[in-house]
Amino acid sequence: MAGLRIAVCVKRVPAPGSRINVTSDEQSVDAANLGFTTSPHEECAVEAAVQLAELHGGSATVFTLGPPEAEEQLRYAASVGIGGAVLVSAADGLNWDPQRTAAALTDAIGVVEARDGSFDMILFGNESADAGGFQVGIRVARALRRSVVNGAKGIDVGDASVTVRRAIDAGFEVYQLPRPCVIGVKEGINLPRYPTMKGRLASKKVAVEVIEGAGEPGGQVRLRLHRPAEKASSTIVLGHGPEAAPAVVDLLAELGLLV
Amino acid sequence: MSESVIVIIEHDRGTIASGSLEALTAARTVGADVMAAVCGGTDALAAACAGYGATVVVDLVHPLLDDYNPQAWGEAVAQLVAERSPTAVIACGTERGNETLAHVAASLDLPMVANALRLDNSAEASWTLTRVQWGGSLLEDVTLTGDVKLVSVSHHAVEMQPLPVTEERQTFAPALNDELIAGQVCDRVVRESGVTLTTAPVVVGGGRGVGSPEGFAPLEELAGLLGGVVGCSRAVTNNGWRNHTDQVGQTGTRIAPDIYFACGISGAIQHWVGAMASKKILAINIDKDANMVTRADYAVIGDLHQVIPAISEEIRRRRSA
Repeated sequence: MAGLRIAVCVKRVPAPGSRINVTSDEQSVDAANLGFTTSPHEECAVEAAVQLAELHGGSATVFTLGPPEAEEQLRYAASVGIGGAVLVSAADGLNWDPQRTAAALTDAIGVVEARDGSFDMILFGNESADAGGFQVGIRVARALRRSVVNGAKGIDVGDASVTVRRAIDAGFEVYQLPRPCVIGVKEGINLPRYPTMKGRLASKKVAVEVIEGAGEPGGQVRLRLHRPAEKASSTIVLGHGPEAAPAVVDLLAELGLLV
Repeated sequence: MSESVIVIIEHDRGTIASGSLEALTAARTVGADVMAAVCGGTDALAAACAGYGATVVVDLVHPLLDDYNPQAWGEAVAQLVAERSPTAVIACGTERGNETLAHVAASLDLPMVANALRLDNSAEASWTLTRVQWGGSLLEDVTLTGDVKLVSVSHHAVEMQPLPVTEERQTFAPALNDELIAGQVCDRVVRESGVTLTTAPVVVGGGRGVGSPEGFAPLEELAGLLGGVVGCSRAVTNNGWRNHTDQVGQTGTRIAPDIYFACGISGAIQHWVGAMASKKILAINIDKDANMVTRADYAVIGDLHQVIPAISEEIRRRRSA
């Protein structure tokens, strides 16, 4: 088998702690005091791409649609072993709807494929950590006329096809997709590695290709972001240390759980 | 345009998903006629749909639709939409519901809103919806245009309510390309039956505070005494202490037990949204100000390594008394 060509699409998202605040214009997450990261499912998709390229030979390219700062997430992917990086620039703001995002990524993948050859596999995260639209990977796959399955917790590459395992409540399902294909990856497929110092240094030298994101806005338009009403919490402290055990067991009995 | 609403029915080889009953309940607020679209349908599935207000049950008939196949299911529903011109297509915001609806959206090049909390019952050309972001830590109000509104309803956001009606059974045979077989489940491995994170009445969850893989032994013991299972936070799986299948949270499993013991878990929002559907939450933590403690129903302030064995001991003592 010739070397695999793998693409992986990631999204730059804020890394919130115990609470998410919204900017005063209600259009975005207030990230003034937050760092940024890659959506967790996509972090695993990056690791899967690196592992597959290591196992089968080949190369992986990371794509992200975002502001210029999203170069940070591209460089992070490069620091753990991704060789190519493409920034699809969303110059006119962060609030891109799923249709427009998918169209811009499809176009950018098309530009790279027309020049360098088709990707055998395009990996997405199952859904983004922030917007959670559950559709961009599927829209890209359908636009490129490729098979797609979400929820991947295992990927095995054969000569002409790719076997995907997907978790269900009490086991897993197996799908077999022809190459080229698109796969939505879920956290748990692997444990993403941390970048090594050597990887960090190498990532600084990776050239980031910039492709202008275009496309018409889609039919889902943000009005505002807001926090859900919190139920007034008044925690009942049952006690301190092991002496609290009888109170805990009283509670279990009260709830009918001590049968 | 008819005033009908199509609901995508999700089932596992003949057993209807609870989420689809929620979707049928929600769909009744926007459509005069609720039309259930069933791939691989049976009499029992049709009856289940009619029990929740589906006046029309359309069996989508094709060999590629018999087992779950998101590409083929989506394409079949897209063809049904083209023929029937419904007001909307509704699914439940489960893995399969969102996946199938996204295929419908891609086929028809229509916008799709995932995980709305409820549907818009106005007759306006554009709908206003509130949808879930960050797994439920944040909400987004959006407008949705499109000739046919495609919306998934967040699982557990709508309470399912029976409404028995007499259903009209119809069949629809979509024209599906053989290439769509690529999306079909070709094998299925089911573990030994038993309680899982999603079905257990008690979940004992451990976080960074557990300290090591071996540190979970007392949690296992407590879970065993109560017929429950052990869960964990993302910090635990990231440390390699437990398998990801045990992870509770936005990117793991959403749980809804009678009681969740959150032990040594600080309570990052990603964990909280996976646990918040629990009927009661009891936090055990040395830090009385930990987010998990301040948001829990009950708390014990102390070292979980001492508190949990004491609880197990007390349970055994009372049972033998």
